[in-house]
Amino acid sequence: MATLLLNRIDVPLRSYDLELSLELCSTLALVGPSGAGKTTVLRAVAGLLRPRAGRIAVDEDIWFDGGNGVNLPPEERRVGLVFQEYALFPHMTVRRNVEYARKHRADDYLERFGIAHLARAHPAELSGGEKQRVALARALARDPQVLLLDEPLSALDAHTKTTVRAELHDLLAELDIPVLLVTHDFEDAAALADHVSVIVDGRLRQSGTPAELVARPADSFVASFTGANLLHGYAEPTGNGSARVRLADGTVLSTADAAHGEVVLAVYPWDVTLAATHPDDSALNVIRAPIRSIAELGNRVRLTVGSITAEITTESRARLRLEPGQLVYASFKATGTRVVAEHQPREAEEREGRASATR
Amino acid sequence: MRRRLFAVAYVAAAVVALAFLLIPIVAIFAHSSPRHLVEQLSNPVVTDAAKVTIKTSVVAQLLILLFGTPAAFLLASRRFPGHSLAITLVELPLVLPPAVAGIGLLAAFGHFGLLGSSLEWLGITLPFTQTAVTLAVAYVASPLYIRQAIAAFESTDPNLAAASRTLGASPARTFFRVILPLARGGLIAGLALSFARGVGEFGATIMFAGSLQAVTQTFSLAIYAEFSRNFDATLAMSGVLVLFSIVLLAGLHIGLTWQRSSSTGSTSLFGLTTSS
Repeated sequence: MATLLLNRIDVPLRSYDLELSLELCSTLALVGPSGAGKTTVLRAVAGLLRPRAGRIAVDEDIWFDGGNGVNLPPEERRVGLVFQEYALFPHMTVRRNVEYARKHRADDYLERFGIAHLARAHPAELSGGEKQRVALARALARDPQVLLLDEPLSALDAHTKTTVRAELHDLLAELDIPVLLVTHDFEDAAALADHVSVIVDGRLRQSGTPAELVARPADSFVASFTGANLLHGYAEPTGNGSARVRLADGTVLSTADAAHGEVVLAVYPWDVTLAATHPDDSALNVIRAPIRSIAELGNRVRLTVGSITAEITTESRARLRLEPGQLVYASFKATGTRVVAEHQPREAEEREGRASATR
Repeated sequence: MRRRLFAVAYVAAAVVALAFLLIPIVAIFAHSSPRHLVEQLSNPVVTDAAKVTIKTSVVAQLLILLFGTPAAFLLASRRFPGHSLAITLVELPLVLPPAVAGIGLLAAFGHFGLLGSSLEWLGITLPFTQTAVTLAVAYVASPLYIRQAIAAFESTDPNLAAASRTLGASPARTFFRVILPLARGGLIAGLALSFARGVGEFGATIMFAGSLQAVTQTFSLAIYAEFSRNFDATLAMSGVLVLFSIVLLAGLHIGLTWQRSSSTGSTSLFGLTTSS
């Protein structure tokens, strides 16, 4: 399989510069909050935007090299880009949209994506999921070396999203070209990609498999992004390599990680157990609080208890007869907590950098 | 009671306004018998004026399309130093009194004008020729097309142009296959406005081209010239222009409806942006 290489790409954004190096040969999801510069990366790879410096190459083919002025126009890069709102040509039928990328054998692509029956329809007549299939067929009809997907699921409603996500997952698994997708949703990233890179304020914060990011989040931002509860407190070592953390409300929690001073504890919702009575186990961290909200997500239920979120099965909820307002005991093991570094926003970092430079 | 009075008052005002707009149109056709008017259409003054009007208008609109479309696309898709100055320049002929435009054209292309001697050296004489009519029409009418075309290009989704490029299309193919079809409605609407303005042109033409029958005398000029001599001929020509205006108005509405149904967003040149 080919390898897409982004070497020290530098693009000025509104409030900071995007600086990024990436290498991918399978499916990589670039995740981050809106405005982090994710779409900018895709546009730079596609040739729709010229970085200030850096190098973009697929194997031996150099698409952009700021050093010697190489900058291929988009039509000379074999790249498939699926836009967030799909960007189907509204004045052409589905077949013409696909034929735009490839004169011959367009029907093969219509068949492969199950849209042959829509060949004569115009984009305005299609559902969100159908539009996405047309956009994918059109992008792949170009026979690209790299596939780029911009927020592939964000234009869909919650109902179709699950189905389309499964379809997209199967399709990406069949492809033998590098796929770079961007999303602001970690769950989508984890479902679709082998590797996830978290990008914040124009910088790569952490890369790894979805499981690695959840197991060892680099800082409080990544932890929170991957779905963890963040608990701020003051840690005192207990002597055996673990620590006790006192929260602002006086609750004392134990963690298996070594820590000292101001810390952030990350606790994932699926590591939290709920009970109507105080659990007997003294090794557990326990927080007693009323249920603030309950949200059903398929066969899981998300409950907010005091300041933390717990995720349990619908069966557990039914068994415990949990209702909003009810006082419950939320408990989690010391090994279920991770001490993470406090995320420093870029501006604060730069302020400190300047301050230490003038000192 | 008061409410009743208000309703009566505003309906009455509307009736007066609409009647005021309609009565002169009806009067043109009501003044003489239709047969008499049709007979006037074979009057040489009328046929000559028709030929001059059609020829100069068509050539002027073709020139406007040929030069105005690229100009509008450039102004819609690129931001460069002097951009707003260029927009102002495009809009200037709209507010300029036509007589002033005529004097300006004369001062530029006349015998003793700015470019007059260079044109004379090339053996070209412009004032009081049919070419002068075409230039006067193009000068006063082009802003209407260009402004509408800028708006049409700006309302095409820049992502569609970007998508076209990533699908392997050159900037030219992108323009002709994606941008132009999507802006089509707005361009047609602009052309209808420009055509109407051009056919009605009077002030700049009479200054720069004069009113010579069969050479520079268009319908508008002939209506004025025949006014005291043959009133029926002016009515016949006016009737023709009324029908022509109705056709143009229909074209304008069709164009605007197309434009609304086919595009959103704003454009950048072929979907490309630079980071500098």
